[in-house]
Amino acid sequence: MWGKLSWAAIPFDQPIPLIASGVVGGVITGVLALITLKGWLPYLWREWITSVDHKRIGIMYILLAMVMLLRGFTDAIMMRSQQALAFRSQGYLPPEHYDQIFSAHGTLMIFFVAMPFVIGLMNFVVPLQLGIRDVAFPTLNSVGFWLTATGVLLVNISLLVGEFARTGWLPYPPLSELTYSPGVGVDYYLWSLEISGVGTLLAGINLITTVLKLHAPGMTYMRMPMFCWTTLASNLLIVAAFPILTATLTMLVLDRYLGFHFFTNEAGGNMMMFVNLIWVWGHPEVYILILPAFGVFSEVVSTFSNKPLFGYRSMVAATMVICILSFTVWLHHFFTMGAGADVNAIFGIASMIIAVPTGVKIFNWLFTMYGGRIVYSTPILWSIGFMVTFVIGGMTGVLLAVPPADFVLHNSLFLVAHFHNVIIGGVLFGAFAGYTYWFPKAFGFRLHEGLGKASFWCWITGFYVAFMPLYVLGLMGMTRRMQHYDVAAWHPWLLIAAGGAAIIFIGIILQIAQLVVSIRRREQLRDETGDPWNGRSLEWATPSPPPAFNFAVLPRIESGDAYWGMKERALQQARLSEEPAYAEIEMPRNSPTGFICAFFATIMGFALIWHIWWMVGLAAVGAYATFVVFAWRDVDEYIIPAETVARIDRANRSARSAALARRQAAS
Amino acid sequence: MTSFEAAAGRSDERESSERQRTLGHAAGGLASKRIITAYGFWIFLLSDIIMFSAFFATYAVLVGDTAGGPGGRELFNLHNVGIETAVLLVSSFTCGLASISARARSVSWFYGAMTATFILGAAFLTIEIREFASMIARGAGPTRSAFLSAFFTLVGCHGLHITAGLLWLLTMMAQVFAKGYRADILRRILCFSLFWHALDIIWVAIFTVVYLMGVVL
Repeated sequence: MWGKLSWAAIPFDQPIPLIASGVVGGVITGVLALITLKGWLPYLWREWITSVDHKRIGIMYILLAMVMLLRGFTDAIMMRSQQALAFRSQGYLPPEHYDQIFSAHGTLMIFFVAMPFVIGLMNFVVPLQLGIRDVAFPTLNSVGFWLTATGVLLVNISLLVGEFARTGWLPYPPLSELTYSPGVGVDYYLWSLEISGVGTLLAGINLITTVLKLHAPGMTYMRMPMFCWTTLASNLLIVAAFPILTATLTMLVLDRYLGFHFFTNEAGGNMMMFVNLIWVWGHPEVYILILPAFGVFSEVVSTFSNKPLFGYRSMVAATMVICILSFTVWLHHFFTMGAGADVNAIFGIASMIIAVPTGVKIFNWLFTMYGGRIVYSTPILWSIGFMVTFVIGGMTGVLLAVPPADFVLHNSLFLVAHFHNVIIGGVLFGAFAGYTYWFPKAFGFRLHEGLGKASFWCWITGFYVAFMPLYVLGLMGMTRRMQHYDVAAWHPWLLIAAGGAAIIFIGIILQIAQLVVSIRRREQLRDETGDPWNGRSLEWATPSPPPAFNFAVLPRIESGDAYWGMKERALQQARLSEEPAYAEIEMPRNSPTGFICAFFATIMGFALIWHIWWMVGLAAVGAYATFVVFAWRDVDEYIIPAETVARIDRANRSARSAALARRQAAS
Repeated sequence: MTSFEAAAGRSDERESSERQRTLGHAAGGLASKRIITAYGFWIFLLSDIIMFSAFFATYAVLVGDTAGGPGGRELFNLHNVGIETAVLLVSSFTCGLASISARARSVSWFYGAMTATFILGAAFLTIEIREFASMIARGAGPTRSAFLSAFFTLVGCHGLHITAGLLWLLTMMAQVFAKGYRADILRRILCFSLFWHALDIIWVAIFTVVYLMGVVL
């Protein structure tokens, strides 16, 4: 009846996961109780859970990412403290638990922190920047988000029910085969990524179609803000790479569930094929994450330098070149496979070539700042911190791209330091820059500057203190994923690294404090004009927060930096453009399809993990029925009357007029 | 105009003229809803083809790893596969007829062509399942060797797509029956036909790479 599931699945004998899941369960129950008692549930259901508004979906993606950042960081703190303690001792985490923690840390941070964060930013910003009212497929967008949430839920259920994979964030066979990993840990990994991978694919299809097919009139490709270009490149990579992940994980599923021989030791299986396939997805994946961050930095640097982006065309070219080259370097993740000197040399050189377009970008940002009137607010601090840190990470990357050096450093802490260097210093700093930059657009008030800056300094200091020692340790020969060790020379460096993690922890606490303080002081931090940073692209032409329809009338674009041009014209003519003729607007109706579909997907994933076959069938029927119900609905749009549109837009225009008057008085 | 359409109040052509008026809604901007939907679906199909290409690559790597078991030459029956291929290609033709009937707003032709497509698709699946069953009965199931794992997965993945396509086909017939040729339903018919033709293209690759090359090489 219940497949492999029994009471033995719950780790009653292990206090750490039990306490952890108790805390998580307590928080979830508390939040649900609060929502129910306060009567917020109908509001949440109507306005958020069933919402197909790209802005709301974007915000939910980012919220999900931030909550999972806390979970992933908890894993990080546990690993750093374990290694600080486990010199000539066992530390406090037994090996089977420690292995689950580093696997969960990597999985969560890549798939459920970095991915939803950048997808959330793209979802929120891109339609606003293109001057349109929604993405191409609003309901599909909601389905994609909720399937991502399903993946998150499954990984977190593994905390209490069963176990998580002990195979690292990429489950290399034959360790991940049934013979060596008989538990449900790898199955949790596989199904949560199969399901959330579909969600990511849907997001990718949606955003590509949006960028390529939906623009405000006059928004030609070469007038698009840089962030739209990096979104396009990133989503092209999603669509080209995620199907490979799905196929690869499916093969491992077949090996584990039906006794196939793709990657087994026996019957002709080839485990190196898994490693090849997973990195054919995995290398583009790092560019899926970093390209949107590059887009954020481009927006932030140009806005806060009060200059157009330097070398826009070369930036576009560099983005697209990276997009293509990212598919030609996967083998550098395993030079030690022994493909031979020629093959390794080709992939080594290809990897180094990627540094060229990336270097172009760095110089473009520097030249954008050069001669600019730079406003040192929090987003640009993240950007400058990124440029310094990412250059270091890039250089250690080029070092690892040299096959002989890689043979020495493969799977050492040097590698761990390198990829944290580029992912924290690149993706995460970019995500935080974007979060601070677009927060007032999303909520109508700015984040507290002082706490933001304090958090930035903790993060960047903590990052260097935590990860520079890992470079040293790697060169000293320490491999990754060690539960304990007895080399005395390593110990002090690991203590320093643990100290770095503690400094990052302070940074995270300051970020939480920043959010709380900003909400409490929202009236002082209110963004009245919709344009708090003197921005250049169209999102700043809308009120903060933007109405559901974004733009009362689709803007006509006459140049790059569209909104900057509009402001310049308004200054010259000393008034705003003529009030447009308002018309009613049709918007897509909200739909619970995404949420219900994800509900069934969660049940299906859980049932597959525990071999509860009747439940799998039931959930499949449920998911299909959900789509049929959606397909049968008769009214899929609602009308916003012209008077409402006019009222909202007139308020926006009067705020803009006031801002214009202030600027004229100032100059 | 059929009564269905009048009831639905909107038609495919009318939609494009409506576009200017509703320039602002979700599909606003430059392209019509029909183009946006088809474009997005094309991108999905490309991603699906990439997934198949991963299975093709895997098959190519593992084709020689028979672990002492039977290879393609012993297992494949080109006669059967020829019939299978013919059936599927004809189903693509009838699917094309269904699209044309939808364009012409002919309900009876649409049902007829879709029914023919369904029968041909089901026949294709039956032949495939019988092939699989006979191989398993001869001890050449997917667990026998890496080659057979790759074979069953690649061909079976296509079969699963056909199965999903048949379910979609029936759903579309039911939708046209219940709602008539509404603009959104016409867009779905367009996507369905794209899907069905794409499966045909993939089958041509399977026929060549798996069966022909398996027997000849």
